[in-house]
Amino acid sequence: MMRIVATFRIAGRALRRNKMRSVLTMLGIIIGVGSVIAAVSITTGATKQVEDKVASLGQNVITVFSGNFTSGGMRGGWGSAPTLTVEDTKAIQSQVPNLLAVSPEVRDRAQVLAEGLNWNTQILGESPDYPQIRNWGIADGAMFSDQDVRTLAKVAVVGKTVTDQLFPDQDPLGKTLRIRDIPFKIVGLLEPKGFNLFGQDQDDVVIIPYTSHMRRITSRSFVNSILVEAASAEIINKAQADITEVLRARHRSVEPDFTVRNQVELMQAATATSRIMSVLLGAIASVSLIVGGIGIMNIMLVSVTERTREIGIRMAVGARARDILVQFLIEAVTLSAVGGIIGIALGIIATQIVSAATHWPTVTPLVWVGAACVSSAVIGIISGFYPAWKASRLDPIEALRYE
Amino acid sequence: MSTNPVIQLADIHKVYHTGDVDVHAVRGISLNIFPGEFVAIMGSSGSGKSTLMNLIGALDRPTGGSYRLDGIDVSTLNRDRLADIRNEKIGFVFQGFNLLSRTTALENVEMPMLYNRQRIGGPEQRERALACLDLVGLAARSDHKPNQLSGGQQQRVAIARALVNRPSLLLADEPTGNLDSQTSIEIMGVFQKLNEQGITIVMVTHELDVARYTKRTVILRDGIIRTDTPVADRLNAEHELSQLKQAQQAVKLS
Repeated sequence: MMRIVATFRIAGRALRRNKMRSVLTMLGIIIGVGSVIAAVSITTGATKQVEDKVASLGQNVITVFSGNFTSGGMRGGWGSAPTLTVEDTKAIQSQVPNLLAVSPEVRDRAQVLAEGLNWNTQILGESPDYPQIRNWGIADGAMFSDQDVRTLAKVAVVGKTVTDQLFPDQDPLGKTLRIRDIPFKIVGLLEPKGFNLFGQDQDDVVIIPYTSHMRRITSRSFVNSILVEAASAEIINKAQADITEVLRARHRSVEPDFTVRNQVELMQAATATSRIMSVLLGAIASVSLIVGGIGIMNIMLVSVTERTREIGIRMAVGARARDILVQFLIEAVTLSAVGGIIGIALGIIATQIVSAATHWPTVTPLVWVGAACVSSAVIGIISGFYPAWKASRLDPIEALRYE
Repeated sequence: MSTNPVIQLADIHKVYHTGDVDVHAVRGISLNIFPGEFVAIMGSSGSGKSTLMNLIGALDRPTGGSYRLDGIDVSTLNRDRLADIRNEKIGFVFQGFNLLSRTTALENVEMPMLYNRQRIGGPEQRERALACLDLVGLAARSDHKPNQLSGGQQQRVAIARALVNRPSLLLADEPTGNLDSQTSIEIMGVFQKLNEQGITIVMVTHELDVARYTKRTVILRDGIIRTDTPVADRLNAEHELSQLKQAQQAVKLS
C-alpha cells in the first residue's frame, strides 16, 4: 500500500497541471453543493421562523375551542358558541393526567383609559398559569395570583404595546387603568413577544383574572377557549384524546360542540409549505450534484487515457493495480471534495447575500454542511471508481508503448 | 552465492494469440546470467528481443518454460507479485527515458520507493534518491524537471531511478536509442562504472558499437539464441570519450 500523503501530493500535482480543467470540473460540484447549502439555509430559515412563531404560543399547548354559534343560518365559527365553562376547565384539570397547567380564556376588546390617554386593545381573562402556558415572561412586577382569581381582584398584567400607548413617559407598574370604567391596578408587565404567526401584535393586550373578566367586564358564564399545557410533546396526542373524552362525557353531545387542537398539528400545518419547498429545492440540487459527478467521471476518463504512459511507468517500477486505483480515486475525491468545500463556502456567502437583500432569516444547519462534505466525497468515489479501475487494469507493456 | 545466476531462463516460450494466427515470439530460450555480468541482447526487429526483454523484466509471463530471477520462480506469479518483483529486483531504463514530466529529477528518482513494500521514510527516500543522482553525476540538478534537462541527463535520471531500490538487475531497453553518439558513449560509461561496482546489467540494443561496451553479447533471431559470445574487443567509454574530444578539438584547431 502506497503512502497516502504521497498519493495526495501526486493527486494535487496532477490536478494543478491542468488548473483550468480541474476548476471547470469542480464547477459542477461547486454549483451543486452551493445550491444545496443555499436552498437548505433559506428554507430552514423560513421553517425556523414559522416554528419560532408557533413556539411563541407556548410549548406542548393544547387548545380547546368552543363550538360554533349558529343563529338564523349564520354560523359564527369556532369559539363563538357558549359551550365551554369554567367547570369544564376544572374537570380537565382534575381528570386528565400529565398536564402542567390549564387556563380558561375569555376574550374581549375594549377601550382602555389611563392618565388622559386611551387605547383600544384586547382584554384577556386568564388564570395565573397563563404566562407559563404561553412561555411568556413577566418583565416587571408579577402575575396575579389564585387569590386574585378567587376574589375577582381588579388587577391587570399588561403588554408592552399598551403601556407604550398609555404610559409613554412613566413606569406603569402600580398605576391604574380603566376598563369599561372599572379601575384595574397594573401588577405586572409582560415581556415583549412581537408579532405572531398571523401578524397580530401579541403585546397589544391586557390580561386580568378570568373571574374578574367574566363578572366585572363581560358578565359571561362561558369561556371562549381553554388552554392546556401537556407535560411533554410525546404525550400530547394522548392528552388531547383524554381531554376530548372528558369534555364529550360532560357535554353528552352527539356532535361535539368543541374542537381540540394541539400545537404539533399547528406546527405541521404552518411548516408544510416550507418543507415541500425544501424537498423540491433539495431534489433540484441533487440533480446538479449528479451532473457534477458525471463531469468528474468524464474528466477522469480523459485523464486516464492521457496519462496511460505515466501509468505504464508506475507499473513498470512496481506499482500494483491497487496503487494505481487508489491514486486515481484520490484524484477524483480531491476534485469533488475541494469542489464541495468551495461549494459550501459559496453557498454560505450566497445565503448571506440573499439574507441581506431580502431580510429573510436564514439558518445553515451544520448537519447539512457535513452531509454536503460527505456526499461530495462519495460522489468523487463513485464517479472516480470506473476511470480508476480502468487505469488499474492497463497492461504495463501496452501502457509503456502508448504514445 | 556468487555462483547462483541472477537470471535463469530454462526453455522459455512465448506465444501471442492475436486474432487467428498464433505468433511464436520466443521459441525455447535458455540463458543464465550471473551477478556482475554486463550482457547485450541483440537482434533485428522481430527477433523476439523485446518479448524476451518483457519476460526478463517481469512485465509479462512466459507461456512455457521457467524463469528464476534471483532464485525466485517468476513465471507463475500473479500481477501483484510481479509488480513487487519489478519494484525490488529490477531497475528499468527505457529508450524514451520515461520520466514523469513536470516532476523534478529528485521526485522521479524517489517514485519507485513509493511502491516499495518495506516502507521507506521520507527523509531516507530523499537521501537515497540524492545518492543515486550523485552516482550518475546529476546531484546538482536534482530539482530540475525533465524538460530542463538534456537527453543524456534525462537518461541519467532514469538510471538513478532504476538503481534507487537497489535491484539485483538493471534492465535497459535501447538506452542510447534516442541519444547522439557522444551522449551514448557517456551513458555507456555510466553503465560500465556501475557494472564495475558489481551491478548486473542486461541491455537490449540493435547497435553493434554500443554492444561493444558490454562484456557478453547474445544475438537472437526468430525467437531463439543464435550466438552467445563474450565481447573480445571491449571498448572503454572513458577512453573513447577522451579520444572523441581530442578529435573534436583537432577539428576546431585546424
